[in-house]
Amino acid sequence: MSADQFVQYLMSGLTQGSIYALIGLGFTIIYSVTQIINFAQGEFVMLGGMLSYVLAAEAGLSMPLALLIAILVAAAVGAAMYLLAIRTARRASVISLIIITIGAAIFIRGIAGNRFGVDTVSPPAFTGGGSIKFLGAYIEPQALWIIGTTFVVTILLHLFLSHTMVGKALRACAVNPKAASLVGINTKSMALIAFIIAGVIGGIGGVVVAPLAMASYGMGVMLGLKGFVAASIGGFMSPVTTVIGGVVLGIVENLAVGLNWGPFTSAYKDVIALVVLLLILMIRSGKLAAAERAG
Amino acid sequence: MRKYLKLSLFVLMAAALVSTCAIGCGGGTQEEKEAYKIGALFSTTGAQSNLGVPEENTVEMLVEKINDAGGINGHDLEVIIYNDETDSTKCATLASKLIEQDEVLAIIGPTGTGNSMAIIDTVTTAEIPLVSCAAGATIVTPVADRYWVFKTPQTDKQVVTEIYVHLQSIDISKVAIITSTSGFGQGGKTYLESEASKYGITIVDNQTFGSDDTSMVSQLTHIKGTDAQTVICWDTDKASAVVAKDMQTLQFTIPLFCSHGIANQAFIDAAGDAANGVIFPAGKLLVVDEVPATDPQKVVLTDYKDDYLAAYPNTSIDTFGGHAYDALYMVVDALEDMDEDLSLADARAAVRDNLEGITGFVGISGIFTMSAEDHLGMQPGSLALIEIVNGTWTVAQ
Repeated sequence: MSADQFVQYLMSGLTQGSIYALIGLGFTIIYSVTQIINFAQGEFVMLGGMLSYVLAAEAGLSMPLALLIAILVAAAVGAAMYLLAIRTARRASVISLIIITIGAAIFIRGIAGNRFGVDTVSPPAFTGGGSIKFLGAYIEPQALWIIGTTFVVTILLHLFLSHTMVGKALRACAVNPKAASLVGINTKSMALIAFIIAGVIGGIGGVVVAPLAMASYGMGVMLGLKGFVAASIGGFMSPVTTVIGGVVLGIVENLAVGLNWGPFTSAYKDVIALVVLLLILMIRSGKLAAAERAG
Repeated sequence: MRKYLKLSLFVLMAAALVSTCAIGCGGGTQEEKEAYKIGALFSTTGAQSNLGVPEENTVEMLVEKINDAGGINGHDLEVIIYNDETDSTKCATLASKLIEQDEVLAIIGPTGTGNSMAIIDTVTTAEIPLVSCAAGATIVTPVADRYWVFKTPQTDKQVVTEIYVHLQSIDISKVAIITSTSGFGQGGKTYLESEASKYGITIVDNQTFGSDDTSMVSQLTHIKGTDAQTVICWDTDKASAVVAKDMQTLQFTIPLFCSHGIANQAFIDAAGDAANGVIFPAGKLLVVDEVPATDPQKVVLTDYKDDYLAAYPNTSIDTFGGHAYDALYMVVDALEDMDEDLSLADARAAVRDNLEGITGFVGISGIFTMSAEDHLGMQPGSLALIEIVNGTWTVAQ
């Protein structure tokens, strides 16, 4: 592997990782408030990606307006999903609620397939021009948009959670829902807010990713899975750990291809990434358990 | 009294059954000849809907055309089309329904290789001819086990050969291949690997990807580190478009060859600017305007394109509808040569025998001569090497 190639693997790993992180953030925020793993997170991303294309290319809206509406619709779907599916079944166990999210994902995907068609679409990049050469590696301008967006979203989310009243209330729910409701925090509203934030983040993810990775009604399955892995590596703890999880996953995936070591060709890319996930989970669950006992 | 009612009901039902059989099985005894019924299984929704929809459109258009022209020897043609939703379990159920309930004489389709493989046992046991519209060579080989099965699209092996012959002619000997882990991609990979040495070609890098992957940059970076003179990618439109786009990002200077899986407008739409310069073998339909008038397929291709675009404005033609065209007309030819008044089983057997006897059939995908040893029968010279230039197809120079 030459130095240029190594930088290229790192850069594309960072790009892919940022995508995974952005999706992982949605998982983390819902999980930390409600203990639910929302398997419809990938569908929020799909809605963002498909709507940004449909509204701009077919309905003829200007791009910024199309992107904004796409994100708002994803947020509205997140809210609707909570109010219609999760809240009405709030007495069910967490595992049932997780299964409900899988059902919601299939439902959203089905509607999208019917409404948008099954073709893969390729929305235009935010800024034109060819790829940029950077330290011997080539990178698309859109990849820089993705990395930048993930960075900004993470910072904003972090500030929101640690410096606003609502954010602090959300974190209180995450730490101890019962105690949070005892001090007067409306945990149901907090769950709704978490779903809306997850919808917004998913929608943002969709609109920035679609120009690079294209969009189709079925894109949410794969991206959702990768986002889930990113959030798991990060331990579903905070925005920052989730982003670290995503970037680690992206870089490991890309380096796995680059190493091309013996029989481990690119066919084993996902295997290597999942082995890394298992290792991290095993190491961390030991440490975490110890820390929890201590704390 | 009640007993009597029951008995008479039973007799009535039996009579109804017998009379249905007289119409359904005897055939041709009435003044007006009854319609020939054939079945079709297409994936008009699901993952392969890009392929299944033009197939269904084509068949609906052709049935109308055939019946307007007086049908087949005075029999109307009736095609019962079911959507298998790109699901092999559904496909198998629907195949049984066509065979048992609808009593069709032959089945055309399914759209995909997986679905075709899933119903081969069903049609073989039921002894009904199947003309598949899917690519996999295993659909018709080994031919000893495929007595009732035929197909119309070219196989992966033929397409690989077409690419390798071309590469050899332009003195390219080092290639990098990048294939998907799907059934289609692995079929291509198998033949890319096994055929290479015959054409003096060395595979210097062998990468794979998942059809749903959003980035192939890392695989392509690895390829870029080799001395490959060209990249060959094997998958359908979407993932191939990602490969084309990522090669553009990495500013590759060597050409990209693809499979016939990208022979539709969807690839050009998805890859955009990166589609330009991509070369792939496919049936001549895409470049019909450039096919010389002396080509025996010219008239068939032109008529199909004109008819299709007239019947379905605002669409584009692609080779997948052509596979259904060939399958339907082969069955129609077989029905034309069939004797009148055969029982259902005999009629199905006669259609099969006639399909195997097809000689010099000029279709959309090529010219076919079937035999007991070859249930595809596509003659050489049926593929064109196509290059995408300015977002449209043109014959590669």
